[in-house]
Amino acid sequence: MAPGALAQVLRPLLKNLEEEERIVVGLDTPDDAVVYRLENGTLLVVTADFFAPVVDDAYTYGAIAAANSISDVYAMGGIPFLALNLAAIPADMPPEIATEIFRGGMEKAREAGVIVAGGHTMADKEPKYGLAVIGTVAPERLLRKGGARPGERLVLTKPLGSGIITTAYRAGEASPEVLAKVVPWMLRLNRDAVAAVHATTARGATDITGFGLLGHAVEMAQASGLRLRFWADRIPVLPEARPLAKRWLFPGGTAANEMYYRQWVSIAPNISEDVAMLFYDAQTNGGILAAIPAAEMERFAAACNRLDQPFWEIGEVMEGGPGVEVV
Amino acid sequence: MSETKIVDARGLSCPQPVILAQRAIEEGHFPIAVLVDTVTSRENVRRAAERAGLKVQVEAVGDEFKLTLTR
Repeated sequence: MAPGALAQVLRPLLKNLEEEERIVVGLDTPDDAVVYRLENGTLLVVTADFFAPVVDDAYTYGAIAAANSISDVYAMGGIPFLALNLAAIPADMPPEIATEIFRGGMEKAREAGVIVAGGHTMADKEPKYGLAVIGTVAPERLLRKGGARPGERLVLTKPLGSGIITTAYRAGEASPEVLAKVVPWMLRLNRDAVAAVHATTARGATDITGFGLLGHAVEMAQASGLRLRFWADRIPVLPEARPLAKRWLFPGGTAANEMYYRQWVSIAPNISEDVAMLFYDAQTNGGILAAIPAAEMERFAAACNRLDQPFWEIGEVMEGGPGVEVV
Repeated sequence: MSETKIVDARGLSCPQPVILAQRAIEEGHFPIAVLVDTVTSRENVRRAAERAGLKVQVEAVGDEFKLTLTR
């Protein structure tokens, strides 16, 4: 759903949850998953996500959808271990294609150390697939959108552009070769990115998905009560996305992000509107955006290096009214 | 005044309305009227047309929108 519309739907339901003291992280904050405290103190991280195909290949679609679902557990600092399939399969889809979707999801889950032990499938005209995922998190490893602190550096672990590239491909405006550039990024688990964050004392992080870099950054800024400043020329964008942006082939979700979040975002006038719009581009299994203490950047970089995990240092956390600026 | 070219992009999600509008723009027969039924499509088509150096007039038609593109 569009960002503003979703908040409106959920607002009347907040009160029910406030009374549940076992809910450590719930609907009252914009975090990536629910965190629930068991009687013995263990923190469970619970999330669910599913979406329509972003690529033609059934196996790859299943794997991307699974990686995307699991990412919300990583984004909270957790370790996922169990999942259920959530799927809608058209009645006329050949069974071997459906099998490939599930196989892609289960094998990606296995790569993450997650067992897919069941699930629910219904019939629908358009296929949908994803996972409900459960993990655990040690309290001192919990990463929150509200955990950023002034002076920290903002790092991003994947380049932007998956939204505009996948929708342009579906519309016949991007070649299979262009799509192939973004697929490995969408398939990549955010496990190593979060392992590198955990090499530091960072507490603020999220993953970049449907609301785009700037949408999720606004959530982080508001939850932390701080200002996030991004350096436009340091923000990584897949080169193949840039000509598509110049032709304004943005998905509806990206346009909706910009219309809703721009009220909290200021963009320097020298940044062209197609480049700025890429910063709002709705991502599929995008990277981790984390706030790393400046003095620990070397440790973070060393951990990324050891894990073969790319990252870009794209901004800083500052005191000041909650909001986002791009300079 | 020449006949208005109608591009009906209602029921389509972006970037499809933008692509249809751009095809009509390339044909070069103005004015072009683009019909869309979401606010996001309206904004995307408006900005794409303005980026092509065109004048855009937006009109609400019930729950839908008509964008008239002229040179």
